Amino acid sequence: MGCEETRELIDAYADSELDLVSSLSVERHMQVCEDCMRAHHSLKALRSLMHDESLYFRPSAGLRKHIRSSLRDEVKAARRLRLASWRWLAAAASVALVAIASLTLVQRTKGPSSEDLLAQEVVSNHVRSLMEPHHAVDVPSSDQHTVKPWFNGKLDFSPPVENPADQEFPLVGGRLDYLGGRTVAALVYQRRHHYINLFIWPSNDAHEMSEKPMRRQGYNLIHWDKSGMEYWVISDLNEAELRQFVEIIQNRL
Amino acid sequence: MEDRIARFEQAILPHLDAAYNLARWLTRDVHDAEDLVQEACLRALKSFGGFRGGNARPWLLTIVRNTCYTWMQQNRSRELTTVFDEEIHSGETNECNAETLIMRGADVKQLTKALEELPIEYREAIVLRELEGLSYREIADVADVPIGTVMSRLARARKRLQQSLTGTMRKEVQLGL
Repeated sequence: MGCEETRELIDAYADSELDLVSSLSVERHMQVCEDCMRAHHSLKALRSLMHDESLYFRPSAGLRKHIRSSLRDEVKAARRLRLASWRWLAAAASVALVAIASLTLVQRTKGPSSEDLLAQEVVSNHVRSLMEPHHAVDVPSSDQHTVKPWFNGKLDFSPPVENPADQEFPLVGGRLDYLGGRTVAALVYQRRHHYINLFIWPSNDAHEMSEKPMRRQGYNLIHWDKSGMEYWVISDLNEAELRQFVEIIQNRL
Repeated sequence: MEDRIARFEQAILPHLDAAYNLARWLTRDVHDAEDLVQEACLRALKSFGGFRGGNARPWLLTIVRNTCYTWMQQNRSRELTTVFDEEIHSGETNECNAETLIMRGADVKQLTKALEELPIEYREAIVLRELEGLSYREIADVADVPIGTVMSRLARARKRLQQSLTGTMRKEVQLGL
């Protein structure tokens, strides 16, 4: 075996990926060729340098916990969906039964809570807003003094608009949206490639409610009531950073 | 249902470090890597029915790798089209010997930088081989290329790393450092 062939196989040799016959040929050549031997030593040195612990990136402790909880949410959501379609099937079957036998059959099933329904609507609106490139905002602007007045005459309240661009949550713009049976303000923020929708409308409840996080279909949601307004935030951003966003917004309100 | 998720976690969670390490090297960003590993785990859960047992690590790494590539195609497509410049990188061998590498204290910081600068498919091969200890066969499966390609990518990646390290050293010598 010559130098050229040896050099072609030397990486596989160092990785113990060569068959026995080729391995022996490489070894025999290196015994008589100082250059190839040096190349092999150099490879070994590089490989030992690569095993330095600091080259291996370890995830934060939070990631494992976060993934475990999102796996559970995912399974729960899938189960709810299956259950829902089962109920639908049962309902359809009972309707058919009514038609055939002219029997009255009333079936009552306990529905999801109003909070669950609202959360589902928030997810739908968020997803829909991102489906088309220009659907996310009606007034594209990072200036709160442009976005806030834009809502005048379109809503029966004036939503607080902040732009924490200095904390890397720049305002992208605002739009009108429809949630829980009323028109609401939707503000869009950005964190790297993640979009955040913040929905605001006057709350029905007089008392305030501190932030409540939830997860739906892989999205993180946080909602709270403050000073007579209801706030819902949703994004595919991780929970920690979304909380940070909420904190920044709350401190400015 | 609980049983299924318990089995999934038992198979997958031990390899979370590997999943994150690969995503971190491919994206070169802590937050992107965290987001993508999470997404990959959800994808893995959905296709867990198709997992036939055996070593879960290459299986999970394949999903992580594909999740990262899809994301990069959408967000950083430029990084996927870097062409390995044959002219510059195959001309001079300039091998440094083992002693030089070690005695000159080619430090890990330089190596990290050199690794980050490798084109993505070379970086991927070297990370899977050196940091994850995958065999050529397993790397070929994860990256969906023939074994011969794995072999040549590894050889070129290492040559390039050696050049980067010795290059830095030569500059230091010239500057009298």
